[in-house]
Amino acid sequence: MSAVIAPHDHEHDDHHDDHGPMKGWIRWIITTNHKDIGTLYLLFALAMFFVGGAMAMVIRAELFEPGLQFVNPQFFNSMTTMHALVMVFGAVMPAFVGLANWQIPMMIGAPDMALPRMNNMSFWMLVAGVLLLASTLFMEGGAPAAGWTLYPPLVLQTGAALPFAIFSVHLLGISSIMGAINIIATIFNMRAPAMTLMKMPLFVWTWLITAFLLIAIMPVFAGAVTMLLTDRFFDTSFFDAAGGGDPVLYQHIFWFFGHPEVYVMILPTFGVASTIIPVFARKPLFGYSSMVYATASIAFLSFIVWAHHMFLVGMPMAGELYFMYATMLIAIPTGVKVFNWTATMWKGAMTFETPMLFSIAFVVLFTMGGFTGLMMAVAPADFQYHDTYFIVAHFHYTLVPASVFILMAAGYFWLPKWTGHMYNEKIGKLHFWLSAISVNILFFPQHFLGLAGMPRRIPDYAVQFADWNMVSSIGGFIFGLSQLLFLYIVIDTIRGGTGEKVTDEVWEDAHKHSLEWTLPSPAPYHTFTTPPETVPSEHF
Amino acid sequence: MSTHNAYYIPHKATWPIIGTVGLFIMLAGFANFLNGSSIGPGMMILGLLVFIFMLAGWFTLQSLESEYGMYNTQVGISYRMGMMWFIFSEVMFFSVFFGALWYTRNLSVPWLAEGVTGEMLHKGFEAVWPTNGPAHLLGGKPTPDGEFEPMGAWGLAFLNTLILLSSGVTCTWAHHGLLAGKRQQLIQGLIATVVLGFLFVGFQAYEYHEAYTEMGLTLGTGIYGSTFFMLTGFHGFHVCVGAIILSTVLFRSWRGHFKPENHFAFEAAAWYWHFVDVVWLGLFVFVYLL
Ligand code: HEM
Ligand SMILES: [Cu+2]
Repeated sequence: MSAVIAPHDHEHDDHHDDHGPMKGWIRWIITTNHKDIGTLYLLFALAMFFVGGAMAMVIRAELFEPGLQFVNPQFFNSMTTMHALVMVFGAVMPAFVGLANWQIPMMIGAPDMALPRMNNMSFWMLVAGVLLLASTLFMEGGAPAAGWTLYPPLVLQTGAALPFAIFSVHLLGISSIMGAINIIATIFNMRAPAMTLMKMPLFVWTWLITAFLLIAIMPVFAGAVTMLLTDRFFDTSFFDAAGGGDPVLYQHIFWFFGHPEVYVMILPTFGVASTIIPVFARKPLFGYSSMVYATASIAFLSFIVWAHHMFLVGMPMAGELYFMYATMLIAIPTGVKVFNWTATMWKGAMTFETPMLFSIAFVVLFTMGGFTGLMMAVAPADFQYHDTYFIVAHFHYTLVPASVFILMAAGYFWLPKWTGHMYNEKIGKLHFWLSAISVNILFFPQHFLGLAGMPRRIPDYAVQFADWNMVSSIGGFIFGLSQLLFLYIVIDTIRGGTGEKVTDEVWEDAHKHSLEWTLPSPAPYHTFTTPPETVPSEHF
Repeated sequence: MSTHNAYYIPHKATWPIIGTVGLFIMLAGFANFLNGSSIGPGMMILGLLVFIFMLAGWFTLQSLESEYGMYNTQVGISYRMGMMWFIFSEVMFFSVFFGALWYTRNLSVPWLAEGVTGEMLHKGFEAVWPTNGPAHLLGGKPTPDGEFEPMGAWGLAFLNTLILLSSGVTCTWAHHGLLAGKRQQLIQGLIATVVLGFLFVGFQAYEYHEAYTEMGLTLGTGIYGSTFFMLTGFHGFHVCVGAIILSTVLFRSWRGHFKPENHFAFEAAAWYWHFVDVVWLGLFVFVYLL
């Protein structure tokens, strides 16, 4: 048992500045406090996780059996498209920005984010973007149904929804860029003097690098969809061969954004894992500096591998080979990371509280996703896998039992610090085991389906795919329902949890790893109004 | 008001939500307009007004706080970093369109004319630049052999290059004035920069007018028209924005704001202006000249 419970209630003297939060709901709209904004992001992301999840349930229900059951094909395609967009831009990315907001200032000993007003605006731009996107569900012609990649010419056949979806991407881009700029300025400019770069927790490092990725790629996506807009409404022919353009140009631009984008979702995941695992292994992180360099290499490589999504589009041979080898290179720094997490646990005095369980599952299952990635990186092999359920299995392994599991882990890990209450460990563990088992029932059979040739993004399929689809759907329903436990735990913990008062460090010796555990639990509204004198110097 | 030593953290902010609502209404209105709905234009104007209201309010607030000495050096560094990385994001945005130009000129247009594609699908299509594609698009419509006149480099475009380059010089001259405490030079330099900026926009408007009315060159003139107007259009928009920002800086200079050691708004505007300048040089070479 590593959760350290305080023997008595003890008062923490807030010798911090002035005032707590404002009264009333208006606080949440005009707040500039990084903890408030972090909470807003996290709750919004949680809500979107369930919205996107509901769409996934529609997809799995339709695919439960061959034949058309519940929805028409057009709506089915809208569901796959919207599910992806909502999960990527509404759930996973905002959840990590929420974590960044809460944690980065506390981890580097800063009083707040560097640009607090802009921080507020980033959040509301996100809400505005998601609102525009969601509004398309109710429009003539339905929500976008051409896939989250929005490939022309198909996407140009979208009905009234098209301009709304495009402007939604613009707003989401503005939100992400402002958030990223804020994170960079905070990390470079707001660290406590003792917090040198190579002492920063890896979560901070990975977010710093992710922020650079975001600033580099979100404008690219914005440019791409702007060309879609002008092609549809203003007579341009960027993606139209009749005028000398090329639909494949869109694919290049999209994936120049899209591949780094998947790393935007996974690098902070790596950071959280690197923060949690040492605490429960009671050892410093193995290979701290190699983790930093590996993260930077992955980020760099992510810019030069994009066309591995386009092996079948008709590239010159040199292009196929280049993108194949370059993609394989990513496995090296990724392997370094997996090695380091494993080495951190090696001979550690491990305990298995819920955050650690989710983190270990992450290491194992993310590695699965990495392996299938490597398989698809082999261009001739990808001719078989491309646009089948194999790739659906690949990216879900890298996103669900990796990014989403780590977000859960982060929730369990930091909720006691945020709320001052302990979550219910029994239900936490139940949530973990249900999720870990069902996620494999859900996605593992999709490898078989893909290898057997079942295409992605279809509402109906040949009967030989029936069995594994049914298995997958059953896993999906269990997974979906299990997440209600998480919702319950979050609400329960906010409202008092187990009733035990948690200590400042929460987890045994956590304060040796990172600054936030030296603060009271719950963390006061304003923290580190003066920078801490010393910072944990043990990596160790 | 005091000079704070601690990092200044405002405790509430109303402008961000106002700006977001404005932008939301404006974009929703634009989308409605594109879909042919009659509420579109009204929403667009309303949203735009709200957005402008936000800009005016927020910038006034910032400049007052700055003049009251609420920002210490560390806050200044945050602002500078913010501006730097914002400009970097703009660089990436323009790269997309430069990239599209490069890709179509060097890859996709030649591919259309090459091999079996050229033989079977686009017989007679020659891969030359400028082009409006195998279908000879004019105004977005296919024509049998629609001709257009490409935009020359040595007329207005060259004049505009000179204008923008000189405006970069006057901007720097104004900066020197500010640093040396010569307010007169600061103000004159800024006036010159703003005037040159708007002159540039005026000439570009004239160039567009020529293109549309005389040369058969529009957004719908195939890939040449698409890339030409998209690149120069976004650039022109940025010149407008830059000139407006410089005007507010001019106004503040005239009101006696800025000190030699503290003038973030001026620096940010100047960086932005030089960025717009550099993009133009890229445009002049790759869009007009080559
Ligand atoms: C070792 C690392 C990885 C390699 C070698 C790799 C390789 C690939 C390849 C070759 C494809 C294209 C398959 C096809 O379309 O035929 C692909 C698709 C994809 N990967 Fe990965 N990947 C890796 C890691 C990741 C990670 C970490 C994520 C996300 C967090 C991710 C998310 C995705 C997504 C979302 C797609 C599908 C995009 C789409 O077509 O909709 N991958 N990956
Ligand atoms: Cu990729």
